[in-house]
Amino acid sequence: MHTKQRPLSPHLQVYRPQLTSAMSICHRISGVALSVGTLLLTYWLVAAAAGPEAYARAQSVLGGFFGSLILFAFTGALFYHLCNGIRHLMWDAGYGFNIPTVYRSGYAVMIAAAVLTVLVWLLALLFGGS
Amino acid sequence: MAQLKLPANSRMTEGKTWPAKGATGEVRRFRVYRWNPDDEANPVVDTYELDMDECGPMVLDALIKIKNEIDPTLTFRRSCREGICGSCAMNIDGTNTLACTKACSDVDGDVKIYPLPHMPVVKDLVPDLTHFYAQYASIKPWIQTQTPAPPDRERLQSPEDQSKINQPSACILCACCSTSCPSYWWNGDRYLGPAVLLQAYRWIVDSRDEATGDRLDALEDPFKLYRCHTIMNCTNTCPKGLNPAKAIAEIKKLMVARR
Repeated sequence: MHTKQRPLSPHLQVYRPQLTSAMSICHRISGVALSVGTLLLTYWLVAAAAGPEAYARAQSVLGGFFGSLILFAFTGALFYHLCNGIRHLMWDAGYGFNIPTVYRSGYAVMIAAAVLTVLVWLLALLFGGS
Repeated sequence: MAQLKLPANSRMTEGKTWPAKGATGEVRRFRVYRWNPDDEANPVVDTYELDMDECGPMVLDALIKIKNEIDPTLTFRRSCREGICGSCAMNIDGTNTLACTKACSDVDGDVKIYPLPHMPVVKDLVPDLTHFYAQYASIKPWIQTQTPAPPDRERLQSPEDQSKINQPSACILCACCSTSCPSYWWNGDRYLGPAVLLQAYRWIVDSRDEATGDRLDALEDPFKLYRCHTIMNCTNTCPKGLNPAKAIAEIKKLMVARR
């Protein structure tokens, strides 16, 4: 009969976004962002090895407004991925599967990641020199 | 690779509106996915207005009222109307649940009703579950033994051993969890999905079953088991309050423990 033309029922289009799935996709996205951010880190190290002129250029790129913004996002992705990674470790060990616990640990991860990100930047701006 | 957009033949357009006539009580709008295999058209979303004073409390009551009194062509599965058969599983107000145990009053605004997500549609709210059932059969959901049964009684089990399979045995295979899982959406052809893995776990931990090793061997596969990324949509949506995500984690632990 019509089995070939059967439509696919809507999925992402209709499924309610919720903490469970939203934090999961953010974990994936932050992981990808970290890989890209590591390239940036590598560029900085290579520039440092290449000589004072290249290093100065790297410093001006990363120290500018846009560069700082990227570094801030990189820090955020790092702490989110770290904290949520610990949450995943707990799950892999078999703990924290009740839905109320899942929501509590989810909010804890988001708060911890935000606090750590801001804290690192405060410390860097206060004590990091120029 | 994940296909995020719906295929061209699956995209929905606005359908008919059936206004409530002579309503005296509160009127609510039910937005229902419609697709008819007999015409060439894409799926549509029809709007039915119901006088809630004349309608039972559950979403299934509303669907039955629509079918009986407004539009007899509306097609959906239902049987027990008390949350034990799993027939009326569908996507209501954005999450998968049973229409018979979901109260209309638990939904804010329009009641949006779609078939279980990312499934081939047979008609309206009826998804094709053939593949899902084939996956269930693939985990051999029956007891397997080597030793002969005691001649004078059943194979007995301690209350502690029984308690391990109590929860997983309460699964009604409605497929709400599997079709809520993005991993199952993208890899459902090879990933078994939460419902089937919960049942696999139910037989793995059954103290009377003697094929535990074979069962674990069968799941040792990059797709069948390990496409679970602990997204937790499954446990969040289970209308029976079961925990497939935990069962999958326990299977993963058993895989490591037996190395």
